[in-house]
Amino acid sequence: MWGRYREGHGFSRAVNSKKVGLQPLRSKMGSNIINALFVFMLAAFIGFEVIRHVSPLLHTPLMSLTNALDAIAVVGAIVLVGEHKSTFATLLGFIAIVAATSNVVGGFFITDRMLRMFKTSRPTKPQLTK
Amino acid sequence: MPTEFAGSQYLIEIIYLVASALFILSLKWMSSPATARHGILAGEIGMVLAIAGTLLHHGIIDYKWIVIALVLGSGIGIPLGMVQMTAVPQRTALSHAFGALCVTLVGTAEFYLRSPNVPKFMMSVLSMEVILGGLTFTGSLMAAGKLQEILPQRPITYKGQNFVNFLLFVVALGSAIYLVLHPEAKIFFPIIVGVSLIFGILLVIPIGGADMPTVISLLNSYAGLSAAAMGFVLDSKLLIIAGALDGSSGLILSIIMSKAMNRSFTNVLFGAFGQVQASAAAGQEAKPVRSATAEEAAAILLAANKVVIVPGYGMAVAQAQHKVRELYDALTKKGVEVRFAIHPVAGRMPGHMNVLLAEADIPYDRLIEMDEINGDFPQTDVALIIGANDVTNPAARTDHSSPIFGMPILDVDKAHTVMVIKRSMNPGFAGIDNPLYYLDNTLMLFGDAKQFVGGIVRELGGGH
Repeated sequence: MWGRYREGHGFSRAVNSKKVGLQPLRSKMGSNIINALFVFMLAAFIGFEVIRHVSPLLHTPLMSLTNALDAIAVVGAIVLVGEHKSTFATLLGFIAIVAATSNVVGGFFITDRMLRMFKTSRPTKPQLTK
Repeated sequence: MPTEFAGSQYLIEIIYLVASALFILSLKWMSSPATARHGILAGEIGMVLAIAGTLLHHGIIDYKWIVIALVLGSGIGIPLGMVQMTAVPQRTALSHAFGALCVTLVGTAEFYLRSPNVPKFMMSVLSMEVILGGLTFTGSLMAAGKLQEILPQRPITYKGQNFVNFLLFVVALGSAIYLVLHPEAKIFFPIIVGVSLIFGILLVIPIGGADMPTVISLLNSYAGLSAAAMGFVLDSKLLIIAGALDGSSGLILSIIMSKAMNRSFTNVLFGAFGQVQASAAAGQEAKPVRSATAEEAAAILLAANKVVIVPGYGMAVAQAQHKVRELYDALTKKGVEVRFAIHPVAGRMPGHMNVLLAEADIPYDRLIEMDEINGDFPQTDVALIIGANDVTNPAARTDHSSPIFGMPILDVDKAHTVMVIKRSMNPGFAGIDNPLYYLDNTLMLFGDAKQFVGGIVRELGGGH
């Protein structure tokens, strides 16, 4: 808004509008930080409670599953590549997508393979013969 | 500007909300093998939703490279999902490295896009993201290399190791703090990244194979925390939640592992995995041991009512799990009750033994945790130890001078008869002598685990 009163001063306008753009963003960011910290705190507690109840039988599949879920970081990389703000950023983002996607695909795949192997001796449904 | 995109922005946020809920459900369903596969489905749906939602992001102008990268990543992921079960520890370490790589690269790109206009809070979390991401990347690569035996499994130590590590950590942290206060000093950013990468290597170098379960869990936790930090940078609650879940999961597993090895929690948190010093002097003099053949072992097993098998990393190395399953079948057929005692740190990662035995089709209700089965050993006729050593060492209970004193162990020495399948009398990985082998009720079965178990199975008349 500041910039509007300074029509004609191309350069200073650009600089000022940048400042104006940042101003509300910054105050918004203050509350965003707090929100984010609350989300983190709650998620950490949920994580502790949920994972405490995971049977030690399944600790290996648990680790490969959390690893696959953690690869959700791919969303950050996707935006980075899609926005194409600089070649450098796009290149790093590209490698990041490849790395994270391989975790998503490989992680879910191997977790499922492991879990299919866990069978009980108590009669359940008939098992497939190999 | 905001009103124009508010619609799709809200839609994306709601998709992320649903995905977060699915991720939590996914982990909740992992609590039991009966529901665990629903958990995978929930996780997969959440992941697909989140990626699809992200593609709606208004800032995306070019889809070509995204699609190529997604396809390429899937192409790498499929073979990584098909590795053998014995290779799961190194695969897991490798995927921690990939996850950390992604986070570090995105963090680096974000820094150079935003610099020098990086607010203090953002610069702090960004530094945390790349420090944790960088050290997890190289640390996990080192761990994977050790597990794959590309790198020597023995711990590599040198004088002043802790000091060098501490110094590197201080340099990384100091540069980060300076950068927070002076965001225009761009040169410090590559220093932070570089030092973190070196720090990761040096952190894992002194760690031996037997400590891997703790290290992998810890790296898992670091990978999660770095992703959460990335969530703070990008203001993405979905990422914060996924990172926090992964971070707490890794932390819980490291706590369980460290307790099972009698290491303090702070010891684990700061990665000070002091390798237990081998008490080399002891046990070298020839003490008498009693040994037995496969035929004798089979006869003793047949006469038993209750047998507990204790598997260890040696079983994985010898790939003996399928022979063990034949032994389980043969004994069960003859009416012998067979159960498996699983120590939390048996193997090279949390739950390693369970996965190997499940792969060999041994029902999971036969796999019993340490705390549950320890009380049963006095009523057990035969405890058969296959490739496990330190986790059965009674010195941990009795010998104050033993480096593993205080570590919770499986009380196999309380069984009526103990049989130990072992290649030779060489001490185990940690170089600690095991008094179990010299007990009056212990029989040593010398040989390769796979061949010896196969021999017992033949004697029992099974496994044609």
